[in-house]
Amino acid sequence: MTSEPLKDNASGKSPAASPDPVRIDITRKKFRFSDFIAEKVIKGVAFLSITIIVLIFFFVFREAFPIFSSSKEVKPSATEKVVQEAQETYGAVTDKTSKTEVQETYGDVTDQPVKEEVQETYGAVTDSSKVQKQGRVQTKDTASTKNTSEKTYTVSAGSGFDDNQSAIKTLLTKDWVPVSDKPRYGLLALIVGTFKITLISLLFAAPIAILAALYTAVFANKKMKEIIKPTIELLAGFPSVVIGFFALMVLATFLQQIFHYETRLNSFVGGIAMGIAAIPIIFTITEDALTAVPKSFFEASLAIGASKWQTAFFVILPAATPGIFAAILLGIGRVFGETMIALMATGNAAQMDLNPFTSVRTLAATIGAEMAEVVFGDTHYNVLFLIGSLLFIFTFIINAIAEFYVKGKLMKRIQGK
Amino acid sequence: MIKSFKKNIKGIVIEGITMASALLIIAIVIIMLTVIIIGGKDQLSWEFLSTFPTDGMTKGGIFPAIYGTALLVIIMSIAAVPFGTITAIYLTEYAKENSIIAKIIRFAVRTLAVIPSIIYGLFGLGFFIKFVGAHIDGAFYGGELKWGQPNLLWASLTMSLLTLPVVIVSVEEALKTVPNELRAASLALGATKWQTIRKVVIPGSLSGIMTGTILAVSRGAGEVAPILFTGAAYYLATLPGLGDQFMVLGYHIYVLTTQSANVDQTLPIQFGTTCVLLLLTFILNMTAVILRYRIRKKKTN
Repeated sequence: MTSEPLKDNASGKSPAASPDPVRIDITRKKFRFSDFIAEKVIKGVAFLSITIIVLIFFFVFREAFPIFSSSKEVKPSATEKVVQEAQETYGAVTDKTSKTEVQETYGDVTDQPVKEEVQETYGAVTDSSKVQKQGRVQTKDTASTKNTSEKTYTVSAGSGFDDNQSAIKTLLTKDWVPVSDKPRYGLLALIVGTFKITLISLLFAAPIAILAALYTAVFANKKMKEIIKPTIELLAGFPSVVIGFFALMVLATFLQQIFHYETRLNSFVGGIAMGIAAIPIIFTITEDALTAVPKSFFEASLAIGASKWQTAFFVILPAATPGIFAAILLGIGRVFGETMIALMATGNAAQMDLNPFTSVRTLAATIGAEMAEVVFGDTHYNVLFLIGSLLFIFTFIINAIAEFYVKGKLMKRIQGK
Repeated sequence: MIKSFKKNIKGIVIEGITMASALLIIAIVIIMLTVIIIGGKDQLSWEFLSTFPTDGMTKGGIFPAIYGTALLVIIMSIAAVPFGTITAIYLTEYAKENSIIAKIIRFAVRTLAVIPSIIYGLFGLGFFIKFVGAHIDGAFYGGELKWGQPNLLWASLTMSLLTLPVVIVSVEEALKTVPNELRAASLALGATKWQTIRKVVIPGSLSGIMTGTILAVSRGAGEVAPILFTGAAYYLATLPGLGDQFMVLGYHIYVLTTQSANVDQTLPIQFGTTCVLLLLTFILNMTAVILRYRIRKKKTN
């Protein structure tokens, strides 16, 4: 709406435009090359964000796709070299070549002793992520050594068909044991863990953030507002790795002293830490929704004799519910995809139970922890991209709901249509 | 009388609860700041900031991590700020308020803002490294591995995608504060639309572009997930170039706390590094908050 009328005037063919060459026609828009180029470039660049979304869709799914195709593509040797070199700089402990063989051989090796499998699961309750790490290294080592002994009679057994087929079959189990000679990619424990931690963090963050937003929007005087809002903005700027560090070093010990649970790093600690990270989002959107409620609502309520808190809770809060719903949805999205806090403060053991004081491994943390150590083009690699696709779809849907459904409803309600 | 007093008590209690929640958030921020600053302040010295890690990262400074972070945010800003600014200009100056294209772009920007950062990491790996990089290698280096591996350039570009929405939102907010009268006056004097944007609108919203850049830098300096597998390295003995892996503050914290052999021994360095990163982002955010506060004040006047 900025300058539309003016532009229309300038571009509209004026009836006064005469062919007389002496008179300069100021009403006709002169074609300017620089303007034309600028407009086209600006328009083109503006489509970049859409392009990025499409590209993300395409490329994340492209890497996840091979798991669903019956035969695996032949890996180009160049890419394999990439991994080898990349691995070395990451300081990965395991021997990659033996791991590749591990992945390929298991199709034939059917009867594994049950004892071995138990040993291989990540389930061991660990006390800190350091121990966890060592545990994982040990796991890989056992896998590799075992493999070398069996390598002799399973040399050319690694057909991609079996590999992917069995990988898909294991997707809906609860064992996440990607690095073993019988890898299982059960996502259930990871999904349950992610939801568990999301629930905990929301139970912590949502009430605090919503009540604080209500205070800021309704009760607080100008001075308090000027303290609270910048503080929230600063909290939003805290890097998640710093919050993760705080949770790992301080919060975990502190909460353990209060609640006396066994594992120091568990979903409760991680949930609280992620809640801290989600507070700014929930607060900001709730506060926006609350201040968008027209002042006449407030005044009308006071005029018929309601007190300030009654107005706040029974008039303003209900009027803004769609906005609060959107805030909680986006809070869920934030927690769901949070990686660094999950990596540092949750203990990272893929256990499936509903006890808040056990370690969990979230979907995002699984990608973060394992992608750097995986062989490109491998089934494990594809499964990690599949997890990424799930995360992406989930947050995309959440955002779409928050955007279209909720905001539309909020506007309707406030405008009284 | 008694009834109204009771009612009053109830009101005070309820208002108190909401106030307590607000204060709790402030307390969390203050506690986190103090704990980390107190834990790290003994480490903070010129030596810590300007030397390389020594003795298997258990001693020494964090200079390469600071250097890597600086390079990362600089390249990231070069990529993100112009594109973000231009998108914002399109949304405020060219697109009609209710056009479908503008709506789709806005939706795309908001989606970019909520996509988990780890997905950007996956995208950087799948697109920049495995697609663009591998093709550059195939075309110019005869398949020799040069760009098809994690490095500073790809990590920075990945990070710039993540910070793009931050820039767009800030600049858009600032562009809206430029009064329409100024635009109209410029057009009335015979300036074209592009001239108006270049000479009137952009200078009028420079502080907004600054705010956006600062926020983006702060975000980019703190994020770790996108660069976990697009370029960050555990330890490097030399300073990185565009095609090398690099050390970065956030990743350094993560590695020291979770991957190092002796966590207790490196505890001072962990606190020191976290303190540096926190202070860096804190100061940047503070500047952005103040700048933005000024912009909003200008708008209301």
